[in-house]
Amino acid sequence: MKHKSISYAKWGYIFVIPFFAVFIVFNLFPLLSTFKNSLFEFYKSNGVTFGPNWIGLQNYSKLFSAEVNVGKYFMNTFIIWLMGFIPQIFFSLLFASWFTDLRMKLKTGAYKIIFYLPNVIMAAAMGMLFFTMFDQSGPMTNMLKPFTGGVPYKFFENVWSQRTIIALINFMMWYGNTTIMLMAAINGVDPSLYESAQIDGANPSQTFWNITIPLIRPILVYVLITSLIGGLQMYDVPQIITRNGDAVNRTSMTMIMYLQYQMNIGKNYGYAGAISVILFIVAAALSMLVFYINSDKDERRRKKGVK
Amino acid sequence: MANLKKLLAGAMALCMAGAMFASCGKDGEGGSKKQVKSSDASANTIRIYTWNDEFKSRLRNYYPEYDKDKSGFSVDADGNEVVGEHEYLKDGKEIVWVTTPSADNAYQNKLDTDLEAQAKSSEKIDMFLVEADYALKYVNGPYAMPISDLGITDADLADQYQYTKDIVTSSDGVLKGVSWQATPGLFAFRRDIAKEVLGTDDPNEVQAAISDWDKFNAVAAQMKDKGYFMLSGYDDSYRTFSNNVSQPWVDDSKNIVIDDNLMKWVDQTKEYTDKGYNNGTSLWADQWSADQSADGKVFGFFYSTWGINFTLAGNAKSNDLYYVCPGPQAYYWGGTWICAAEGTDNKETVADIMKSLTCNKDIMLQITKDTQDYTNNKAGMEELAADFSSEFLGGQNHIALFVDAAPKIDASKIGPYDQGLNEAFQAAFKDYFTGTVSKDEALANFYTKAKEKYPDLNTPA
Repeated sequence: MKHKSISYAKWGYIFVIPFFAVFIVFNLFPLLSTFKNSLFEFYKSNGVTFGPNWIGLQNYSKLFSAEVNVGKYFMNTFIIWLMGFIPQIFFSLLFASWFTDLRMKLKTGAYKIIFYLPNVIMAAAMGMLFFTMFDQSGPMTNMLKPFTGGVPYKFFENVWSQRTIIALINFMMWYGNTTIMLMAAINGVDPSLYESAQIDGANPSQTFWNITIPLIRPILVYVLITSLIGGLQMYDVPQIITRNGDAVNRTSMTMIMYLQYQMNIGKNYGYAGAISVILFIVAAALSMLVFYINSDKDERRRKKGVK
Repeated sequence: MANLKKLLAGAMALCMAGAMFASCGKDGEGGSKKQVKSSDASANTIRIYTWNDEFKSRLRNYYPEYDKDKSGFSVDADGNEVVGEHEYLKDGKEIVWVTTPSADNAYQNKLDTDLEAQAKSSEKIDMFLVEADYALKYVNGPYAMPISDLGITDADLADQYQYTKDIVTSSDGVLKGVSWQATPGLFAFRRDIAKEVLGTDDPNEVQAAISDWDKFNAVAAQMKDKGYFMLSGYDDSYRTFSNNVSQPWVDDSKNIVIDDNLMKWVDQTKEYTDKGYNNGTSLWADQWSADQSADGKVFGFFYSTWGINFTLAGNAKSNDLYYVCPGPQAYYWGGTWICAAEGTDNKETVADIMKSLTCNKDIMLQITKDTQDYTNNKAGMEELAADFSSEFLGGQNHIALFVDAAPKIDASKIGPYDQGLNEAFQAAFKDYFTGTVSKDEALANFYTKAKEKYPDLNTPA
């Protein structure tokens, strides 16, 4: 084979060099130094540097000790993400299937823009806006006063009201984005499949569950993975809503907020490094798990063939 | 395929090894400190680190050597100061402001990084500003220059209040900062509410009614009966307690010690919250500001000098709403100190700015007359107190009250950890006041936060 054709493969490698160069400098190197830091006692307290002293895995054991209980922050992150993701995927699927339904003949351009608009606003600005609206003297709280007995309901002093507001913002910001992606996926499905299903007497919900969903599964997986990893990185909205995360016994403090807390005043490179490593492992594991569950055997075999 | 994999694996391994060596090398280099001489440009530049516009305004308006024409300085119709792109002193040196907001510790993070790099940088920092709560961090550290090295003598500083010097005196007794202001605190109360509940709005009689905490609590109960709140939020009275502690936050062996007086604040605030004596707000929240207007139902606010003329006046929007009285305990709140950065290449100018703004009685009197800011000059303020009337306070002479209050301030118990620990303490106990956690849990949460901010401190097991 080889001697018969000219190989252009080396050009491929040359063209991917920029990516690897950038990846090594900006991703791989920080990643490795994070791993390295996580094995040292290395922090600044009030401007005085302590360390670096080799302490092995002590940062990790502290992370999982009872007094720190890092699982709490993982659960906070997961709960708030889930509270936003469930309505997000529900409404996105609903709107996407309506907008792409040939029989409804909807003009969707304006809706697409309107749904997408919240995503254009900076997350921090959204957080600020909602914080002002649901504040003790905010318009929402004032509107609800007749139902709460004349005293303002304090949204930011209760676990679930606070989490709901954060989830609501996340939902508002991302459902438009997801809708547009799912619409593109549904539009990619061969229309003749729908036509033949209709001729065979399938009703709309049957076509949705048996044609649309299986055929857009790769995009659904993509949406789930990106949302999950995005959720794990949740930071700015809860940071603003909870004023640094301390509010209500840290029940809305996410992993990244906790990580940032270690780096703001204390500058604890070692301990923050350990948190980052755990986050890295969790994100990698979650991605692989979701991907594995959602790809069936045919697809995997086909992928191998492509390579 | 196999070739590609080998190549990739080899590249990865190389990178990893390289990364390890690179990081080792950097650590080694950090140890050797090289002094870099300042550049000519830096010698002609006064670089000042600050977090807001207050000091800028003082310097522009009152430092005689500031070149208003060349800097394009003017005041627009709304009273805002306008300057050109570059600002200059009369000797041609340029002033460069490095402004970083203090929220989320950003100012200190920036300052720490740049001061650490001072020796190796050709652009030298000349001055930086600090607040009382963390002043000792810089005063006890290596980056602030002793005031005596600048040629400012004790005689120059004789008229400054002792507490303003205590805050910037290092543990071995060296003064390393100066301030143009003193910030004694008072209790500002609503005249209409005082008349209705206490039957009088005379500041002396109201003061008699709230002169200690027991009386203060009794008045709070009266307020509640008439449908008013005594205080707006949880942290309003915090400073009056935290300024009157019997020991610093952290002892000599780095243990965190919670003073009894702080627990008194906790108990009092919990009682106020449970009984409805406060409105459940937090400092600087929208509702807290709204409570200070005529529509508010809150009797009074603990405020220091700047708070009365600036914040309260802005929120009240009326000149006959408030009077002030000394309140149950003397305290101070806020204040800005000027430090000279070690390694500055403009020592004379820095010393001259300090002398003009913090030791010159005429300039300081003028500042107080123009801005009602209370300046750090005993003789000047006593002179002014003889005959002063505040427009905002319905003609009351509150400068006289400041003159009485300022010498009573005791700043001997401050420490370098105050800001972080005060904030952590207030945040942790807010959950206790709202009923989210028990007192013991709040205490445990406080220790957790404290350890996160200052990992080297010890907490009780």
